[in-house]
Amino acid sequence: MATEPTGAVSSCVDSHGSAVGMPQLCADWFPNQIFWLVIALIAIFLILSRIALPRIAAVLAERHGTILSDLTAAEDLKRQATEAEAAYNLALANAKTEAQRIAAEAKAEIQAEVDVAIQKADAEIAAKAAESEKAIADIRASAVDSIEAVAKDAAAEIVSVMGGKADAAAVAAAVTSRLKG
Amino acid sequence: MATEAAQHGAEAAAQGTEHAAETGSLVFHPMDQFLVKPLFGDGPIGMLSITNVTLWLFIAVVAIFGLMVIGTSRRAIIPSRGQSIAELAYGFVHKMVEDVTGKDGLVYFPYIMTLFMFIVVANFLGLIPLSFTTTSHFAVTVILALAVFLTVTVLGFVKNGTHFLGLFWVSSAPLALRPILAVIELISYFVRPVSHSIRLAGNVMAGHAVIKVFAGFAAIAAISPLSVVAITAMYGLEILVAFIQAYVFTILTCVYLKDALHPHH
Repeated sequence: MATEPTGAVSSCVDSHGSAVGMPQLCADWFPNQIFWLVIALIAIFLILSRIALPRIAAVLAERHGTILSDLTAAEDLKRQATEAEAAYNLALANAKTEAQRIAAEAKAEIQAEVDVAIQKADAEIAAKAAESEKAIADIRASAVDSIEAVAKDAAAEIVSVMGGKADAAAVAAAVTSRLKG
Repeated sequence: MATEAAQHGAEAAAQGTEHAAETGSLVFHPMDQFLVKPLFGDGPIGMLSITNVTLWLFIAVVAIFGLMVIGTSRRAIIPSRGQSIAELAYGFVHKMVEDVTGKDGLVYFPYIMTLFMFIVVANFLGLIPLSFTTTSHFAVTVILALAVFLTVTVLGFVKNGTHFLGLFWVSSAPLALRPILAVIELISYFVRPVSHSIRLAGNVMAGHAVIKVFAGFAAIAAISPLSVVAITAMYGLEILVAFIQAYVFTILTCVYLKDALHPHH
């Protein structure tokens, strides 16, 4: 294709379309190349300086800003998390102290109740014991009295049976003195 | 290409022209890929003719538009692939300008970005098989280099006045050496556009021509596998060269700009 005969339209191409020497040095083509190059460069310059470069600069600046603000936000969140952790630890410690306090209080209360109950029970037991002792003493006393009466009666009967005339007061005194032994 | 060329060689032989000698042997036309041809008609190429130069420059403009404008049209905070490339190019050149010329050089960032984007896109478009490589032509690179040279020189005098000449007067050297150094500095200053332009066009042209030569060898069955491997290797190298030469051209522009803004050594 490079060798298609095109006719000698230029001193730089032979009759078969092949290059004569270096095509780079063919002055016939310079005006064409330079003209279109300048057009292309102007077009590229306008495209870059008017549209592309400001846009890319804006995108890069925006990204930089976004990253910075994201970093700041992350820093903020981290600080908040640390604060939250400290608050949590504080609350935990407070709760522990409170729980211990409540437990101690409850224990003390229960202890007091138990003490009261024990005292009451002791008192009741003591009262009951005293009551019982009194009852026993009464019973004993009444038993002694009954025995004394029976003994007097029996002594008086014995005396009367023996044919004596029992003086009630003398018999009673005799029995009483014998009983006191 | 080579077989086509051989066929044409055969046709040429039938026509009894000077190409008859090439019939049946290897035919190399490594430079034909650089020919400027009109897209419509066969007439002589004038300044305004629509040629393959026009076409590939237009494709370069469209590609840059696609990458830098359409690719970034969503203005996404989390960029798409296309937007990433556009931002990468922006950041790459922006950092280069800032690092080399300093903050005050950033005013000229759009111009340097224009140069970089044009060269890198044109270089890569040139790597498409059957394409025309605009940056392989001295007409293109010399204009670019001259534009840089003239801009930088004018800027140097506008910004610094006659102090710009201090660039050639190496005040840190011994007094006796300074005139000699001034001559050397002056010569090196005027050689800048030459080396600046020939470096780019020469690298691109050489790589493309070498690939074409290897392609010519592919016509011989015995060495065609080697030829294909060599073309592949050269193509890989050319991808590297396409980017590196754009980078070199741009960073040298930044260095020259720095000399214009801060001429004191």
